[in-house]
Amino acid sequence: MSAPELHVNGHRYEVRSPVGTTLAEALRDELSLTGTKIACGEGHCGACTVLVDGTPTLSCITLVHAVGDAKVTTIEGVRDHPMIEAFVRTDALQCGFCTPGQVMSAVALVDATPAPTTEEIRHAMAGNLCRCGAYPKIEEAIRTWHA
Amino acid sequence: MARLIRTEKEVEGRYEEVWLVVEEDALEQWPAGARAIVGQPAVRIDGLQRARGEAIYTADLRLNGMLHAAVLRSPHARARIRHIDLAPALALPGVHAAAGPGEIEQLVDECDYQGVAVAAVCADTLAQARTAVAAIGVEWEVLEPLLDPDEAVRRGELLDEPRVRGRGDYEQGLAEADVVLTGEFRTAVVMHNSMETHQAVVQWVGDGVEVHISTQYIWGIRDEVAAGLGLPPDKVRVVCNYMGGGFGSKNGADDYTFIAAELAKRTGRPVKCALTRREENLAAGNRNATIQRLTVGAKSDGTLTALGGDFVNAVGWSGWSSSTEGPMQMLYACPNVKTTTYGAKINQPPMKAFRAPGFVEGTFGLESLLDELASKLGVDPLELRRLNYAETTADDRPFSGKQLLECYRRAEPHWERRHAVRARSTDTVKRGVGMASQIWYGGGGPPSYAWVRVSSDGHATVITAMQDIGTGTGTAMAQIAAEELGIPLDHVTVSLGDSARGPYAAISAGSSTTPSMGPAVRAAAADAKAQILEIAEQRGTPDAPLAEVVALLESGQILGKGARGPNPAGMQVLTFGVQVAEVAVDVETGEVWVDRIAAIHDVGRVINPLGASSQIEGGIIQGVGHTLSEERLHDPRTGEILTTSLDAYRLPTIADVPEIVSELIDQPDTHLTNLGSKGLGEPPIVPTAAAIANAIRDATGADVRRLPITRAEMLRALREAELRQREREKVGAPAGV
Repeated sequence: MSAPELHVNGHRYEVRSPVGTTLAEALRDELSLTGTKIACGEGHCGACTVLVDGTPTLSCITLVHAVGDAKVTTIEGVRDHPMIEAFVRTDALQCGFCTPGQVMSAVALVDATPAPTTEEIRHAMAGNLCRCGAYPKIEEAIRTWHA
Repeated sequence: MARLIRTEKEVEGRYEEVWLVVEEDALEQWPAGARAIVGQPAVRIDGLQRARGEAIYTADLRLNGMLHAAVLRSPHARARIRHIDLAPALALPGVHAAAGPGEIEQLVDECDYQGVAVAAVCADTLAQARTAVAAIGVEWEVLEPLLDPDEAVRRGELLDEPRVRGRGDYEQGLAEADVVLTGEFRTAVVMHNSMETHQAVVQWVGDGVEVHISTQYIWGIRDEVAAGLGLPPDKVRVVCNYMGGGFGSKNGADDYTFIAAELAKRTGRPVKCALTRREENLAAGNRNATIQRLTVGAKSDGTLTALGGDFVNAVGWSGWSSSTEGPMQMLYACPNVKTTTYGAKINQPPMKAFRAPGFVEGTFGLESLLDELASKLGVDPLELRRLNYAETTADDRPFSGKQLLECYRRAEPHWERRHAVRARSTDTVKRGVGMASQIWYGGGGPPSYAWVRVSSDGHATVITAMQDIGTGTGTAMAQIAAEELGIPLDHVTVSLGDSARGPYAAISAGSSTTPSMGPAVRAAAADAKAQILEIAEQRGTPDAPLAEVVALLESGQILGKGARGPNPAGMQVLTFGVQVAEVAVDVETGEVWVDRIAAIHDVGRVINPLGASSQIEGGIIQGVGHTLSEERLHDPRTGEILTTSLDAYRLPTIADVPEIVSELIDQPDTHLTNLGSKGLGEPPIVPTAAAIANAIRDATGADVRRLPITRAEMLRALREAELRQREREKVGAPAGV
């Protein structure tokens, strides 16, 4: 049986990891895409957020073999998105460990809602924890990303 | 020139007398106010790498042949191992080595808290290592844990002798008082929960060892690992280019580093040992719980005559008893003070420093009690604090700089909002405003060194083996060097994070990185600039711009070096501030919302106003978490920790964030270094809980006495206030008739 394929950032990869491997582990360990972080490993903090067919998804509790033909976008796939520049400009990161996950949630939000309200921002971002407390600036980054 | 001095060294509020070699700080401070680069908002120099996920944290490191370690930790608060069998683990696929109790100092069979390490395994994959750990056979003898800190004090189970501090005559001060108030305040255990868990990758190379570690103190790790492994320090290389948060919990090497070192030695391969989030909530430190039994005596106008307190720090099994009494000793000009602090030793995971340890807890108690006093006396809380303003330290030393009165003045417009805020109350939702003052250290100190390298293209590199734990200190160093050299900020690179590639740099704790490193960086840049000027003079063009002079160098480089000078002798270097909180309380459900916090702090000269505002916001948000939602819970019978996930342990989310208005006085501390800058990491978290508690009192008349302010605590305080009101009416009625 041939290995299943994984579509990541416009490329196709053969998945060699054993069944039971999470998407986050496969991205980080097999594909060396370490921009996706694992901070809790049990779906509570949002640091591992990637897009699966455009939907923000917790890659640390998604099995890689369950992704199928869906298109996975990681932080490495949005490196030139204006949201990154907005995060840097507004100082929306401190230690930066949660930041790739924050950016992925923010990108998904503005893809669907280009000019979100504060309420919409808070709703969409409430699953991404930031222990440094960069939240006010994250809100500002998303409010002004197209500026 | 280098000079040997005997001086007090302060870290996280703990002092020790040390010999230090210091170099004179010959540079004049820049005049107050923003300059071309220093004092201007700057985006992080490493922001793009971090935001794009390009930054390689310890967690992201993959070395050739690297094995993964997993650790077996005690599931019991107190237990001893009768028998342990590593053989089943070693027999599993992928497993390379295992170590059990006694094989290294960090693995034990007498377990005095849940989470203490007993055995470790390394394997090709993390999953294999975890499976192997689960296969280790252990026969436990579970013992009765000691969990109650008051009981520990009664039994004399203390870390060290009770710390008695004071001045004047406390009993006499109480006798002189018109009003005496007492209160018992409690604060819960809260967890650092840095997003990157504690971890290290260790690799033996030649006759030395390389330690890649998520740390706040590269040089401290170097010394600790060298001592622990019996190596000369220069055989230990410590690397931390990017790190994912620490908040005080990553100052030491800890069990995982030594476990990785041992397993790496046995296998001849690099070994990573990373805590899981569950382990992080057990074995990575915490802000310990406190019990504070406080007394204040005052004249009827609010002048303090006596302050006293018995403080119990529920330290856990080891650690240190932080200065919970510090704010009571230091914040006000009270002539008679007496405090006793107990470090209670209980069967719970050890504390570690957590962002202004002791002062966050102590400020909650003290500033809540002072607000009760103001309320009782009918004195305006802001005026009460001005009335008791301390002109000097308790031992009559001058402050190197103190802008607290200016903080109070700038707080006035925020404080004035209370009438309008209260007026928006309804029958069920009461609104109010409260304030609290902040005192903390943050002066940094020597030694710390930096080099500045200027190349012929007019670009400069700051080289120092410091760490940037996410505070943006690297950016501040670039600003300082660019300012001193007179070159654009984007012409400066900062090379940090590697003990093999730069000179000694201070710990990133105690709000000390910028005040310790900044003056060394400026001195190094000034040294480079002086050399460039010399070249210009030799060439007969002393006024030529730097770029023109260094362009002559071709492959040559100018190397400047700088050191942190001494702190001002005979003075105390402290930071100050005030916060004003606005809250809403649902008096039926006990729910509390924080709507707005205004923060005004004095940390001397501000290097980067953008980064500074982020630090303030971050501190306040952690403070809001400590105040309203964060609490480590344990089973009161067995001591088992119940909150080991980020689901159970409630960190603030973006939806919990109030409006935050921040302001810095930005007056250089004229006695402190060539910069006049103090640290800002810790000050903003210090007064937040007390300001919120005092706003709740303003809104409802209820005295909350416990952090976090759960709905149960809020409802208890409301009931107590209601009963007190009824009593008052009953007692007052006959007199009024």
